[in-house]
Amino acid sequence: MTSSIVAPIEVRGLTKHFAAGTGVLRSRSRVHAVDDVTFALRPGTITALVGESGSGKSTVARLLARLYDPTAGTVLFEGTDVSRERRRSDVLRYRAQVQMIFQDPFGSLNPVKTIRHHLLRPLRIHKTVPSERIDARLRELLETVGLIPPDKYLEKYPHQLSGGQRQRVAIARALAAEPSVLVADEPTSMLDVSIRIGILNLMLELKERERLAFLYVTHDLASARYVADTVLVMYAGQIVEQGPAEAVLQDPLHPYTQLLLASVPDPAAGVRERIEVRKGLASAAVDPPEGCRFVGRCPLRIDVCSELTPELVAARPGHSARCHVTAPSPAIREDNHVESTHSAVPD
Amino acid sequence: MTAAVQESQPSMELGRETLVELRGLRVAYGDVVAVDGVDLAIGAGEILGLAGESGCGKTTVANALMQILRPPAHVVDGAILFRGDDLTTKGLEELRRYRWRNVSMVFQSAMNALNPVMRVGDQFVDMMRAHERISKRAALDRAAELLDLVGIDRRRVRGYPHELSGGMRQRVIIAMALALQPELVIMDEPTTALDVVVQREILQQIRDLQSELGFAVLFITHDLSLLFEFAHRIAIMYAGELVEEAPAERLQHGARHPYTLGLISSFPSLTAPRERMTGIPGSPPDLAAPPAGCRFHPRCPHCSPADAPLYALQTSVRPVLRDVAPGHRVACHLVEQRG
Repeated sequence: MTSSIVAPIEVRGLTKHFAAGTGVLRSRSRVHAVDDVTFALRPGTITALVGESGSGKSTVARLLARLYDPTAGTVLFEGTDVSRERRRSDVLRYRAQVQMIFQDPFGSLNPVKTIRHHLLRPLRIHKTVPSERIDARLRELLETVGLIPPDKYLEKYPHQLSGGQRQRVAIARALAAEPSVLVADEPTSMLDVSIRIGILNLMLELKERERLAFLYVTHDLASARYVADTVLVMYAGQIVEQGPAEAVLQDPLHPYTQLLLASVPDPAAGVRERIEVRKGLASAAVDPPEGCRFVGRCPLRIDVCSELTPELVAARPGHSARCHVTAPSPAIREDNHVESTHSAVPD
Repeated sequence: MTAAVQESQPSMELGRETLVELRGLRVAYGDVVAVDGVDLAIGAGEILGLAGESGCGKTTVANALMQILRPPAHVVDGAILFRGDDLTTKGLEELRRYRWRNVSMVFQSAMNALNPVMRVGDQFVDMMRAHERISKRAALDRAAELLDLVGIDRRRVRGYPHELSGGMRQRVIIAMALALQPELVIMDEPTTALDVVVQREILQQIRDLQSELGFAVLFITHDLSLLFEFAHRIAIMYAGELVEEAPAERLQHGARHPYTLGLISSFPSLTAPRERMTGIPGSPPDLAAPPAGCRFHPRCPHCSPADAPLYALQTSVRPVLRDVAPGHRVACHLVEQRG
């Protein structure tokens, strides 16, 4: 593929609120599905967006794919804000550049159409190759995703392929539009364990060979560590930690990331110590009050946590967290110093 | 069990009394054999993990053990012994008494199995009164105690399922499974639909309850890494057959079957050095036409025509489970040859 240098996609202050309830129960309350999310995707890198169900990670993916309009914030693509583009040609141009891969390789392919049909459509719609090159391009695409020899697959129907092969077809279809960004929303979670690694390896190959920028949305921290260069951790609609994958997953700043990591079974770690868990949900809050959203479950909390929403603060180079304790802003650090001397004085 | 040099005897941790024993169990769905000759024992008070990919037959083993196979599924051959009693010869009424009282089951998305328009407590009452003579009041009291046991406020007996989170509903189901104090609880992917933190809490709780109450657990999952922490012993199934069985720690550090090794290397680690992994090439076979010989041979990295005698074995003769160490059995021609 001949992708020249591509500008990164940049998301700034991205916010999506939904009305709470539907129909007559529809209220003025708002579910803060995504609140003030900022990040950039660069060519040749994989950014993992991790979180539990309801944390807002799929909403971010959908906002990027322009399946929703944001409540606030911007999505910059090659320097222009595309989040509010309305003209069909603009939307089409953007969608060609930002392709999605979904969780369910069974639901995302049409059962009565051949693989050839699935790959042909994006080639025709986005007119990426001249018509005499189409056949060669189809084969190229299948080879790129490891379906070799391609002629064995072109005339098959989805039900004749395994789950892993179907997911590869879905990836080939996304590549047909010659995108610079691929958004993969839990692409392996419905596949058998022994073939998940194959899809992750394919993502690594594509990032290197095609210089694609990936957003990998997942709840699986170990797979995020396996493929990602950068990790973003979401909790209740906010990014609570972001930084280089190894830093975030080996030496996390945010107590929520620490809780997540302690919860994951890890074959290499052996039997772990029991962890004490305070109950709570990672899902989006309805009209959340000011303050840290993790405060009710946090072992490190201090008074300011329930009064002031923490900002993402870089406590280490390139590694930031929303936490007044582990990544305090300069103002908070000062206040707390004052406070702790106060509390040392008995009243 | 005899201590003789008899090969391929279902193994168990030393000093445990056998609770359940499957002998040559074969279960078919019509003509398709989903479980093909499984020998497996579960000791009293033991947590046995049964792992494998979708379609390997692990859930069918569970359903056979619970005696809830529905046509076209049926036991073709073999015995299911519960304390020495063969369940395959029992009548409906006997089986009705056996289920829940001797063996109970927590299903994969059991949290959706609660009746949404019935109070939680009443669902306990229904279940208990179907199995024993107990007054409604006494059953409700017991339901409250059971909720206590799994860490849910006992006042929730008056609540409805929709008032509970997914994790809490799954706990309610676990409490129900424990209601008649069964000796064996089968758990089929009990935490798969839950988030990691909740999964962790529930696993810890099952472990606590198990050591407190002493029931045995057959824990079925595709997530091998979870079993390393949780199970006493682990059995691995592939394409309807048992391919390896060993104490958990032994399987984690000394697995021998190429499939088990492939499965282990399919889970990236959070702590080990980051390195490229391979998983297992190909995909699980179609059980309507399983490969001849070792069913894993088309995907096996150690199966190549270069070694002609071994290749002939691998592609035509079904390997049988053999002891490689106390309590560690493997069905693999290569392991058998090389020791």
